[in-house]
Order: sequence, then structure tokens, then C-alpha cells
Amino acid sequence: MANEVCFRTLHLDTPWSIDAYESVGGYSSLKKIAAGELCYDTIIDELKLSALRGRGGAGFPTGLKWSFMPRNMPGQKYVVCNSDEGEPGTFKDRDILRYNPHQLIEGMIIAGYVMNATVGYNYMRGEFYEPFARMEAAIAEAKERNYLGDNILGMDFNFELHNHLGAGAYICGEETALIESIEGKKGQPRFKPPFPANYGVFGRPTNVNNTESYASVPAILQHGGQWFLKLGKPNNGGTKIFSVSGHVNNPGNFEINMGTPFKDLLELAGGVLGGKQLKAVIPGGSSSPVLPADIMMDLTMDYDSIGKAGSMLGSGAVMVLDENTCMVEVAAITAHFYYEESCGQCSPCREGTGWMSRVIHRILKGDGRAEDLDNLDRVAGNIMGRTICALGDAAAMPVQGFLKHFRHEFEYMIEHKRSMVKG
Amino acid sequence: MTDFNYDQTLHLKNLLSPDAIAEIDGWIKKYPPERKRPPIIAALKVVQEHNGNYLTEELMQAVAEYLDVPHIAVYEVATFYSMFHLNEVGKHVISVCNNISCSLRGADKVIEHLQNRLNIKVGETTDDGVYTIKTVECMAACGGAPMLEVDKVYHENLTEEKIDQILSDIAAVELNSKEMSNVEAKD
Repeated sequence: MANEVCFRTLHLDTPWSIDAYESVGGYSSLKKIAAGELCYDTIIDELKLSALRGRGGAGFPTGLKWSFMPRNMPGQKYVVCNSDEGEPGTFKDRDILRYNPHQLIEGMIIAGYVMNATVGYNYMRGEFYEPFARMEAAIAEAKERNYLGDNILGMDFNFELHNHLGAGAYICGEETALIESIEGKKGQPRFKPPFPANYGVFGRPTNVNNTESYASVPAILQHGGQWFLKLGKPNNGGTKIFSVSGHVNNPGNFEINMGTPFKDLLELAGGVLGGKQLKAVIPGGSSSPVLPADIMMDLTMDYDSIGKAGSMLGSGAVMVLDENTCMVEVAAITAHFYYEESCGQCSPCREGTGWMSRVIHRILKGDGRAEDLDNLDRVAGNIMGRTICALGDAAAMPVQGFLKHFRHEFEYMIEHKRSMVKG
Repeated sequence: MTDFNYDQTLHLKNLLSPDAIAEIDGWIKKYPPERKRPPIIAALKVVQEHNGNYLTEELMQAVAEYLDVPHIAVYEVATFYSMFHLNEVGKHVISVCNNISCSLRGADKVIEHLQNRLNIKVGETTDDGVYTIKTVECMAACGGAPMLEVDKVYHENLTEEKIDQILSDIAAVELNSKEMSNVEAKD
């Protein structure tokens, strides 16, 4: 079955309203907490049992992350949601924010309760005007029903939630860059450790999760960790929203069970556009290495399966490429993107992304040199693992992926000064 | 519109309408009172919107003064984030995504059509100051590729007809506001 977790209001009229959300059991987990039926330990245990893993791309176990927060430490702590959604190919959080904002709100309130934090920030990318409006309206509704504010549902617990908007910077999807951005600075990532759980927003303990992660929590607590786990497969619990785009007949978001075969997802998305042959898939956003069709068709959509094949599930952004796609062109777009978005803090990334972009564009122009592919390998290798944040790796991995699986297309273009597939 | 050709008085309150100031004050309240920098991004956005879509150094200084932060704190934010324009742009900035998914679905044709219709290239502004075309990175609407954003609205699944409609809608708004200002001038 589809749409059981974050998209469970999607079939209703005005799915974003508080009444729609309550009609599917919304805010019942918070009410259980208020009634004393769910305490801190139970919540952490259920989350761990559910095998919910971070939906933003890293796939870190959410229950474990929540347990790192020093809940008994005096002073302010913060709950932060990463709704920056900048990974190319990803468009799921926008739909959670637009169509089921209350589930995110409830998830963040519960996080606040678990972490003894009284303030939350939902960081949305600057272009999210429509989601921002929906979130503002939803927060107002939640306040009216005393789900937000002081003494929530009669508890000795206050929580206020603020929407924050960015202003255009992919790097702000990195959690410490996002924290810097909330503080009103350039989005340049911080060195870790200390991790946000110890030193986050305004130097205070902070938990940062992706929109889909927070929004999964109320459903897990309502139906139990075991229920969620069984929707997926061991170590890869639940459903996941896959954003399918590119060469498919029916692009869109599909919330399906983790571990669903890729070929089923492709079918849900209407198959390859115009009945053409599948050439390759970028399975988890533009930073995940591309996988050729024959490998992809045998995989299931979960962290472990895609990981074993040498790529990653990432944010669940599935970009489908048909047989006429020139891989040098796609690599050039990808390399240019990371060059544009590097924050400039670490030399290997700042310089390396520029080199990779220039070399690939040179090949594309027909000016490629025989040594260019080795140079690309070398530059990508020199970025990997040598930067403060994961953007360096995110820039290097796709280039390595294109060269690994489609090196012959690059070689052809260098030699013949034209695309192998486009003529 | 507010006149920004100021000499000495850089006070934001003199440069913006009370509503705009209230909007900035609303953002200030979201953060701990002892923290002065968090509202910088939001304040710059309000200011940019009220100054025909772009920022000047003078305006950045006024924001710094209003928020009580160093000028450089505002300047580094304004120069870091891509939604801030540091040069004059059109009243309607058309942002076209040309990342992977949009490119796979014909972003180049969208750009070409816009360039032909408006007779400008990407990065340029029409002589009447109404339109600017710029290309942007992924805006999280890849399911509706190709897409563009203009005046805070996403337009997805673009076709030439849809683009023509968007342009004629903007033209109608422009004509309307011209007539309004003519009426005001007569009054």
C-alpha cells in the first residue's frame, strides 16, 4: 500500500488542514504523551525498533540520534527541521510541507518533549513561498488547539515553533551550515565534533532532522515501532517517499515500502518516457553515483541494497535517464552544480569542483585531451574525505560514478569531438 | 515608491513603509533577544522586495544599523546567498531551473523560448526594466520539470503556450499598474 505515513492525508479534501490531519489519527501520539501513556524511554525504544533512518540522505538511525540529546542538561535546547531540500532531484519535503504540515509539526513537538527543548525552527529554503504559507497557517491552527504554546494539553511543557527561510544556498542543507544560516551568517559548515547535539544553534544542544524523518514519528508512535519496521525490511524500516523525475511518463512522489523493487517503482512512475529503453538511474539525488540499467533493475529501494551496488539511497531522489541521454552532458550539469554551490571554505572542494567542471565542459565542447579522464579521477580522489563537510564527497562521487560506468562515452567524445549517443 | 536617493539618513524606518518595518520586527521576535544576526536574511529580503528586487550598499548599511550589527555581517550574507541581487534587475525576475531533471525534460527549450520572446539573453534585463531571465539550480519541483519561478510562484510542466501565458499575465499586471499610476498622477 502507498501513502501510509507522511502522505496519509493526501486522499482527503484540504489535506493540509488540522481537521484532515486529526481525522487520520493526527495529534493522537501527542495526546498519548499528555495522558502519560508514552514516556521518554518508550518513545526512544519505539523509534529504535522502527529502524527509521534519516530521510535527508545520510540514513542515520533517528532513535539513536534523539538519544544523543542531553535532555537533562539545564538551559535552552533546540529542535531544528531541515526543510532546505536542495539536493537536485528531490521534491518530497515540499509536498509534506504543502499537503501535511501538521504531521511535521506534531513530530517536532514530540521531539521537543523528548529533548526538553522548548523552541523549534523549521528551516525552509528561500524559494518555498507556498510551503511557508501553509506552515504558517498550520502553526496558527495548532496553537489554537493548544498543541503548540504554553502548557501543551495541560502538561508542564511549552513549545514554540518558528518557520525560518533561507535565501538560496544548497550548502545550507548540511546541518551545521543550516545552523550557521539560522544564526544569520553565511552557510559555511562547522567542523565536527562538536556535533550539534552538544553545540548547535546559538551554541546550545540541537537536534537536526529532515522533514520526512520528523513527519514519520507521529505515525510510528501511533501504530508502534514494529508496525513501521514491517512496512520496510530489517535495518531499513518503514515507507520512504521517492521523488521520481527525468525520463518517465508519470513523474512524481511515491510513498512506498522501503525495499520495493526498483522495477516496481519505475512502473508506478509510468515506465520510461515514450517507451524508450532505460539507460541509467541516479538513485538518490545528484550526489549519488549513477548506476547502469542492468544493475538498477535488480535492486530494491533501500539503504542497504543501493549501498551494496556502490551508490546510495540518499534523499530518495530517483532520476531516470533514457537511452538517448548523453552521460557527459549529465556529468557536466552535475559538476557545474557543485562548483556553483561550494561554499569556498575548504581548498580541495573550492578548487576541485571548479577543475572538474571546467574539464568536463572542455570535453563537452570538443576540446577534451587524452589525459583529462585521469585528471578527473585524480581531482575527485583528492577531494574525497579532505573537506569539512560532505559536500566535497558529494561533488566527487557522481564524477567517479560517471567515469566508472560510462567512461567509454567520455573517451568517445574526447576522440571524436561529438557525443556517442547524440551524434 | 519610497525614494532611496538618500544622503545621510540611513535609517531603515525612513526608507521603508511601516508595514515592511513591522514585517522585519516580526522576524526579530523569532530569535533570542540577545542575538542580533539571525534576522539579517529576512530583513534583506524585505528590503530587496521594496527596492525593485535588488540591494545597494546603502541599504545593507541601513539594515546593519537597524539590527545593530556590523556592516560586514550584512554584506557577507547579501553576497553569499543567491536570492540576493546586488545589481539592478527587472521588476519580474524569471528564474529557470536548468539542473538535471529540468534539462532532461527540455529546460534548454524553455530558456530559448523566453530569450526569443523577450529578446534578451540569460542574465539580461529588458530595456523597459520589466523582465530579467536568470538560470538557477534545482528548486525542488523536479516532478513538474521543466519549471520556472517568477514573482514567488512556481510554474511547472512548462510548454511554450504556458510560458506565453505567464508572460502575458505579467504584461497585464504591468499595464494595470501603469494605468493606476496615471490615474494617481491626474489626481
